[in-house]
Amino acid sequence: MTATLDPNSFAGVEHASVSACPACVAAPSAERIAQLSAPDHARLMLSLPAAHCAACISTVESALAATPGVRSSRVNLTLRRVSVEADAAVTADQLIRVLAGVGYEAHELDAGLLSATETDKQGRDLLMRLGVAFFSMMNVMLLSVAVWSGADGITRDLFHWISGAIALPTVLFSGQPFFKSAWARVKVGRLGMDFPISLALVLASSISVFETWKSGHHAYFDAAVMLCFFLLLGRYLDHRTRAVARSAAEELAALEVPRAVVLVDGAEITRPISEVAVGDLVRVRPGGRMPVDGVVIEGTSEVDRSLLTGESLPVFAGPDTVVSAGEVNLTGPLTLRVTAAGRDSSLHRMADLVAIAESAKTKYTTLAERAASWYSPLVHLLSFSAFGFWMWKTGGDLRFAINISAATLIITCPCALGLAVPAVVTSASGRLFRKGLLIKHGTALERLAEVDTVVFDKTGTLTMGAPEVTNLADHPRAVVEVAAALAMASSHPLAAALADTARAAGLHPARVEDLREVPGYGVEGKWKGQTVRLGRASWCDTDEAATTATYLCTGEGKARAFTFTDRLRPGAEAAIAELKAQGKTIRLISGDTEGAVASLAQRLGIADWISSALPAEKAALVRDLTLQGRRVLMVGDGLNDTAALAAAHVSISPATALDAARTASDIVLLGQDMTAVGDAARISGQTRRRILENFGLSAAYNVIAVPLALIGLATPLAAALAMSLSSITVSLNSLRLK
Amino acid sequence: MEILTYLIPVSLLLGGIGLAAFFWALKTKQFDDPTGDANRILTKDWDDRPKP
Repeated sequence: MTATLDPNSFAGVEHASVSACPACVAAPSAERIAQLSAPDHARLMLSLPAAHCAACISTVESALAATPGVRSSRVNLTLRRVSVEADAAVTADQLIRVLAGVGYEAHELDAGLLSATETDKQGRDLLMRLGVAFFSMMNVMLLSVAVWSGADGITRDLFHWISGAIALPTVLFSGQPFFKSAWARVKVGRLGMDFPISLALVLASSISVFETWKSGHHAYFDAAVMLCFFLLLGRYLDHRTRAVARSAAEELAALEVPRAVVLVDGAEITRPISEVAVGDLVRVRPGGRMPVDGVVIEGTSEVDRSLLTGESLPVFAGPDTVVSAGEVNLTGPLTLRVTAAGRDSSLHRMADLVAIAESAKTKYTTLAERAASWYSPLVHLLSFSAFGFWMWKTGGDLRFAINISAATLIITCPCALGLAVPAVVTSASGRLFRKGLLIKHGTALERLAEVDTVVFDKTGTLTMGAPEVTNLADHPRAVVEVAAALAMASSHPLAAALADTARAAGLHPARVEDLREVPGYGVEGKWKGQTVRLGRASWCDTDEAATTATYLCTGEGKARAFTFTDRLRPGAEAAIAELKAQGKTIRLISGDTEGAVASLAQRLGIADWISSALPAEKAALVRDLTLQGRRVLMVGDGLNDTAALAAAHVSISPATALDAARTASDIVLLGQDMTAVGDAARISGQTRRRILENFGLSAAYNVIAVPLALIGLATPLAAALAMSLSSITVSLNSLRLK
Repeated sequence: MEILTYLIPVSLLLGGIGLAAFFWALKTKQFDDPTGDANRILTKDWDDRPKP
């Protein structure tokens, strides 16, 4: 009953709020929130990183429509998300499986974290002002063309009055963003780019009203609205780039829906992490990530600490072992007593560090700010000196002097300058997004262009964190068959890799009976009456090799080591070659053992590498390089990289990184392929060049037009021409990015 | 020149209709997924019958 009523009332609510106030649409109403939490009805959000085409939309939507319980679904290709309205019984996992079945990787998103409504509202507001400015610009332009082509007397006055009637409300409405931000700047005693803009708008409008009233020849109404339009366009592009980046960053934060399985009186209850308290017992299944910091009280297993320390070899965990949030439990179930959860856990303590780094990054002055800092005083100086000169020259003709100074302000007003940066950045970040890179920070591209040294982390960054057997051929066939049989009984990553490789090599596992996994140690079984073991070195009574390895002991002879290497991330070689070709210094620093790092460095041709580095050493290396005057790009994924990511001039992390690392980095690599890093460096260089060219172009227009304005030859027609030509040239130049 | 008394209001009215259409499109969230809408037009799913 309610199920059928629901969509109707939902539409009703939305419709009513549309007519009531446009801004309310963006903010979810109380009724809507109530409906969303209604038990029979659920709205699920999934991220679809691979969706890119028309066919994707139909495949995804039809696959979801065929799923029982799904009422409707809609793909948003711009944000690469799908929102699904479904019965409460439908879970995100089910939908993820359905989508995986049709070939789309999907991740659950925490709908509560995705509060993009505020940015949406701002964007819609800017777009509305832009639309109004466009309408007025077109109409005023029509009337102005008539005046420029020679209308005079009463007709010219009439046209000026009509233009004024259209232009004045437009300037008041569309110019608000500039007035507001100029006023905010003035209150703290600074003159930004917005002050000359506001001054030009106000001066142009008021001098035009005065001239029209006095039946003068020249009115600048068209210049005022055109100024509004072009500057709003730049502002809107800028806003859109930021909004896309921000919503994607929120999406990354919402990717891991944090839950923990808490034991209450022996029963397992799944709870959000925020509700887990110190002292609770938490159960972590094999393959799960530790949701909290804690001490193991029951069970033995091995834990993968690679995200936290960079070690690629799993570590033994048994009672009294201290584990931290973010580590992955591999073989046996563990019960933890919570020592710190949520905000206090070691993962979250990183947030402080990130905050410090963020504040350091805001100290970077962008090219636009640098341009504004010399441009803004110059404009005022020019305009006032023109005013002063003509007052003196004409013997106190106030009207003429004000006309000249208004014309100077309008001509120099940074139409093209306002578009110079946003147009290029929009075009560049769109291009990089298609290559699978997400620009999180507005100035990241500019900073990336200055980079001369690239520091890479190893585990999880240059490698996938997935092992590969290297010495299968060194062992006799019979031995490998026994090892494969043992390996198949375990889900440990090393065992799984060994079993896969053996299967791929066409080997049949030997008959091994009584297979038993001993969590934290390995797998044990009986082969031809003998006990055979595959597992840790200590369990096999042998010495550990320098590289990652697992050991097989059959009771006869020495234990045999199966060595592993980490699989290289696709595109890693290409990216490093590309960066080298661009003349950048490459360094490798890892928390892993010397052997593992050395072999990788050799494979990739990196001469400069450091192994067994502590997190603090990584950050120190980056800081040292910075002190030597180098601009460092840090590429890393682990918690141990977070400090280094934050200390670097600019940083990149893969989407598989821990959220602390993703927060600390400026650019996120969405796909698996590393080639995009090389592309990013190249495109950022182009971006910087285009921005500088754009500044040059708008300066060139000013060099021609300003002298005309100063000697009083700038007519409204000349102003309109200079303004539109420079804006169009700048926009076209921005589109030349490849 | 009397023609101006008709033509100017007519041109403003036409522009105003365009502006109103823009507001309507803005309010009905037609600018939320430009990439998706550009691609949706290419799908053949509902060519034969309307979407239920």
